[in-house]
Amino acid sequence: MELNLAAIIFVAILANNIVLNQFLGVCPYLGVSKRIETSLGMGMAVVFVMTLAAIVTWFIFNYILVPMDLVYLRTIAFILVIASLVQLVEIVMKKNNPTLFRALGIYLPLITTNCAILGVALLNIQMDHNIVQTIVYAIAAAIGFTLALVIMAGIRERLDLVNMPGVLQGAAVTLVTAGILSLSFMGFTGIMSL
Amino acid sequence: MDLLTALLVIGSMGLVFGGLLAFAANRFAVEEDARVETICDLLPGANCGACGFPGCISFAENIVGGKVDVSSCVPGGKDACDSICEVMGVDSVASEAKKVAEVYCLGTRDVAPDKFEYHGVRDCKAAMAYSGGFKACTHGCLGLGTCADCCPFDALHMGANGLPLVDLERCTGCGICVKACPRSIIRIVNADRRGKYVPCNSKDKGKVVRQVCEVGCLGDKACVKACTQDAIVVEEFLAVIDSSKCDDCGKCVEVCKRMIIKDVVKVHHA
Repeated sequence: MELNLAAIIFVAILANNIVLNQFLGVCPYLGVSKRIETSLGMGMAVVFVMTLAAIVTWFIFNYILVPMDLVYLRTIAFILVIASLVQLVEIVMKKNNPTLFRALGIYLPLITTNCAILGVALLNIQMDHNIVQTIVYAIAAAIGFTLALVIMAGIRERLDLVNMPGVLQGAAVTLVTAGILSLSFMGFTGIMSL
Repeated sequence: MDLLTALLVIGSMGLVFGGLLAFAANRFAVEEDARVETICDLLPGANCGACGFPGCISFAENIVGGKVDVSSCVPGGKDACDSICEVMGVDSVASEAKKVAEVYCLGTRDVAPDKFEYHGVRDCKAAMAYSGGFKACTHGCLGLGTCADCCPFDALHMGANGLPLVDLERCTGCGICVKACPRSIIRIVNADRRGKYVPCNSKDKGKVVRQVCEVGCLGDKACVKACTQDAIVVEEFLAVIDSSKCDDCGKCVEVCKRMIIKDVVKVHHA
């Protein structure tokens, strides 16, 4: 069991990194990776929301959708659940913890219906995880997302200070960097993968 | 039958979550001071940060909280302050005239040469890291446009001669460029100032200035003697004209060996 969890953590963070290997959550990966500070904020919000969403969707799936024989409705049901959940968390947090609300700020609504969140919820079902594995996988996947985001932000902060040919500037060099990063993370899949 | 259960389950899930949200929205409602939004609408909305707060909304919150003076928004000027005072129910304190940025250097590349070739990052602060900047004059404009890049109102542009040009229509006098310039060449002045001024920033002795720039102030006090109004003083080898005393007679312009005493608003403006 412990070994299994360790394997899940390794695979979710490095080998099957949610952004660089699974191709999920690419929009915030390219959009919110200009500064390390903002990418860290985004990462923390993703850890928070992904864990919460994975837990709730796991219960919805196993205790509502499976008994009712409505497994094919999981995508739309999960979208519904995640969107309302984040909204609810935002309302409660604004009242009870304004400091955290300010810290997570714009990132909370930004990731409400992000494909990475939905993707992890669906992957948990697909891989037949129990509740402990679900929680561990969600946290690890979110850490993997944060890692990818922070590395990208670090590289982009440095690229800002370089004299670069005009044709490469902006989106072009960002996508090239993302591709090279993805290539280098491919190395981990040789060790272990899902 | 399948369809019906599907509809029922998804529908009731939607209802439950909707109800939950509505309940939470009521139960956990946060009362926000309506004045914050009103004040935020009165501000220029450029989120320039000249007031020291991250964005206009944060500034508005601090005004309502009484933590900051109502007149602290420089870009908004008197108009914004007056309307904020109205909202807050206090007497207007702002009477300050509109301010604009003024560039205190005439040293284009042809008259103030470089002491070495610089191929680094196109940023004045970065250029300063290499033995204090590539320009021979240690007070003159480096011309890499750091000030123009950081202007939140698009009022500063680099001219073809390598010096920044101020767009007086757009400039609000927020002072962001003043902080950005590593050589303190830009100053904030009253927009309605009249008379002459000396667009030079060099505090070097005349002998040094002669070697590095053709249009730098030598500090030889010829203008001070010519001035009939006692409006000119030379401090640290740099002539400064007090615009409140200057009557724009032009006698100083005639005696200036370097011909650098200019009419205000005629130099460095787009």
